[in-house]
Amino acid sequence: MRALFLTVFACAFAAAGCRQDMHDQPKLRGMRGSAFFADGRGVRPIVPGTVARGHLNEDELLHTGKVDGKLADVFPFEITRSDLERGKERYEIYCTPCHDRTGTGNGMIVQRGMKRPPSYHIQRLRDQPPGYFFDVMTNGFGAMYDYSDRIKPEDRWRIAAYIRVLQLSQNGTLADVPPAERTVLEKEQAQ
Amino acid sequence: MAQIFHKSFNSISKASIVAGGLVAATLLTLVATANTSAWITAVGEAREQTPPFSHKHHVAGLGIDCRYCHTTVEEAGFAGIPATKTCMTCHSQVWTDAPILEPVRESFRTDKPLEWLRVHDLPDFVYFDHSIHVAKGVGCSTCHGQVDQMPLMWKENTLNMAWCLSCHRDPAQFVRPKDKVFDMTWTPPANQREQGEALMQEYHITSKTNCGVCHR
Ligand code: HEC
Ligand code: HEC
Ligand code: HEC
Ligand code: HEC
Ligand code: HEC
Ligand code: HEC
Repeated sequence: MRALFLTVFACAFAAAGCRQDMHDQPKLRGMRGSAFFADGRGVRPIVPGTVARGHLNEDELLHTGKVDGKLADVFPFEITRSDLERGKERYEIYCTPCHDRTGTGNGMIVQRGMKRPPSYHIQRLRDQPPGYFFDVMTNGFGAMYDYSDRIKPEDRWRIAAYIRVLQLSQNGTLADVPPAERTVLEKEQAQ
Repeated sequence: MAQIFHKSFNSISKASIVAGGLVAATLLTLVATANTSAWITAVGEAREQTPPFSHKHHVAGLGIDCRYCHTTVEEAGFAGIPATKTCMTCHSQVWTDAPILEPVRESFRTDKPLEWLRVHDLPDFVYFDHSIHVAKGVGCSTCHGQVDQMPLMWKENTLNMAWCLSCHRDPAQFVRPKDKVFDMTWTPPANQREQGEALMQEYHITSKTNCGVCHR
């Protein structure tokens, strides 16, 4: 009798050890589903009109790319070299798949059937203010979806600045090159 | 008083001590091997998903950066799984009739999220954070393997505690320059020991093995 009791007890003890309560705690972690909500989402969709703390987004220029309702011709903050480098990095993550690294609009996805975007180097786009590029990223444009949920406003401005860099680079002349590098280039050309 | 045990019990009892030990050792070894075997840890087991999303196709084939989809990997603990809208930035135009992509289009139409099955899943009592690893020069491929060669995702490492510690005890073996974090082909160079130690200095990395680092 005692042996039976001990065996049952040992089995129950061992089985209890197999419970995974601590492995699978009833809390929500990144994008885990939930049985509590009718739509099964752990990540709750934001109620329209919600303003997150610190996200009142009152700065019209920074958040909409406009000044008094017109596309801005200025940047909301001073663009430094590190901003341009960050802009390049972000551009190459989010934009190159379609617009390619130089901005001619022949990226890999375009080669696989995406609608071809215009080159950044056409006169119409060269004449656009930075606020225009910010606006395209924020609200999308035709077949292009918006990137406002994936790129922060500051980074959108840095990308806009980098697009300016691309545009200038495609129309640069030897006179734009600083004298030190110019002699190097001239030497190379002479060879 | 009559003897209770026969004389032979002397040898039987001695033998049973040895045999008992052997049985216990065999059982423990079995459990330990089973626990680290691919059968339990699911290392190298490709996970079927609907739709069958291929990193090989999108990363190696099309050259899309990890951060295009896993947007929060540099800033947050959670790397982020792309919203249906992210798929649709391309698939509203590319392969629009493919039946294989019908679940994506349906999810976009109905606003019901796609359900991806987890491949890597730490127990809930473990705290993990991507941002610190990315910021300190630990590359995706050190932990996840060559993702760009995976038609379907699998786990390259066990993710058990011994594995985390094998690096936390001596990060110099694995740390790489920050600009190589997203490089899937990076392998430790011949002078990794020196380079790793120099980078640990530069990035202010220390060996972190306190229980409270991961169990908080
Ligand atoms: C998935 C492909 C894709 C990606 C990625 C993409 N675009 Fe586009 N983009 C397009 C297409 C397609 C058009 C043309 C849309 C149309 O005319 O219907 C376009 C057009 C544009 C235009 C020109 C609008 C005009 O006036 O003609 C700008 C500027 C632009 N994109 C900026 C960007 C920036 C900045 C990024 C990165 C944050 C980006 N795009 C990422 C596909 C893409
Ligand atoms: C086009 C979008 C896209 C790109 C680009 C992308 N991923 Fe993913 N990734 C996904 C999707 C969707 C899933 C979920 C389905 C799955 O597990 O395959 C996923 C899953 C994963 C997982 C497993 C998550 C889990 O369930 O544990 C890892 C690890 C991962 N990706 C790493 C990477 C790395 C590293 C890169 C860059 C080399 C990358 N991904 C690029 C879309 C993408
Ligand atoms: C940046 C553009 C882009 C994004 C974002 C993207 N795809 Fe694709 N995907 C493509 C292209 C282009 C093809 C076709 C490849 C070809 O023609 O070789 C493709 C093919 C596919 C295929 C079928 C081919 C195969 O076997 O891989 C599936 C399934 C697929 N994608 C799923 C997804 C899912 C799910 C997502 C969202 C997590 C996604 N894609 C995001 C560009 C993209
Ligand atoms: C130090 C090891 C390590 C590195 C480096 C690492 N990961 Fe992870 N990754 C993990 C672990 C562990 C998990 C499981 C997390 C969990 O279950 O909570 C994970 C999970 C994921 C997931 C699923 C979503 C999530 O966060 O749970 C994705 C996507 C992912 N990793 C992508 C990446 C990408 C992209 C990189 C490179 C920038 C990367 N990882 C670098 C260890 C790592
Ligand atoms: C390839 C190396 C490597 C692996 C594998 C690894 N880590 Fe790390 N981890 C690091 C480095 C390097 C740091 C930064 C240490 C520092 O800042 O001094 C770090 C930092 C951390 C931190 C933050 C520490 C703090 O106090 O800020 C946590 C939490 C963490 N790791 C958890 C894990 C877990 C959990 C695993 C296993 C699933 C894991 N790590 C696997 C290299 C690694
Ligand atoms: C670098 C991160 C890290 C550190 C530091 C760490 N652990 Fe862990 N620990 C883990 C991970 C990851 C797991 C989950 C392993 C698994 O999936 O089985 C774990 C699991 C455990 C478990 C549960 C084992 C099981 O099978 O359920 C215990 C107990 C534990 N750790 C104790 C400790 C103690 C005590 C310390 C300090 C001496 C410590 N850990 C330090 C990462 C860590």
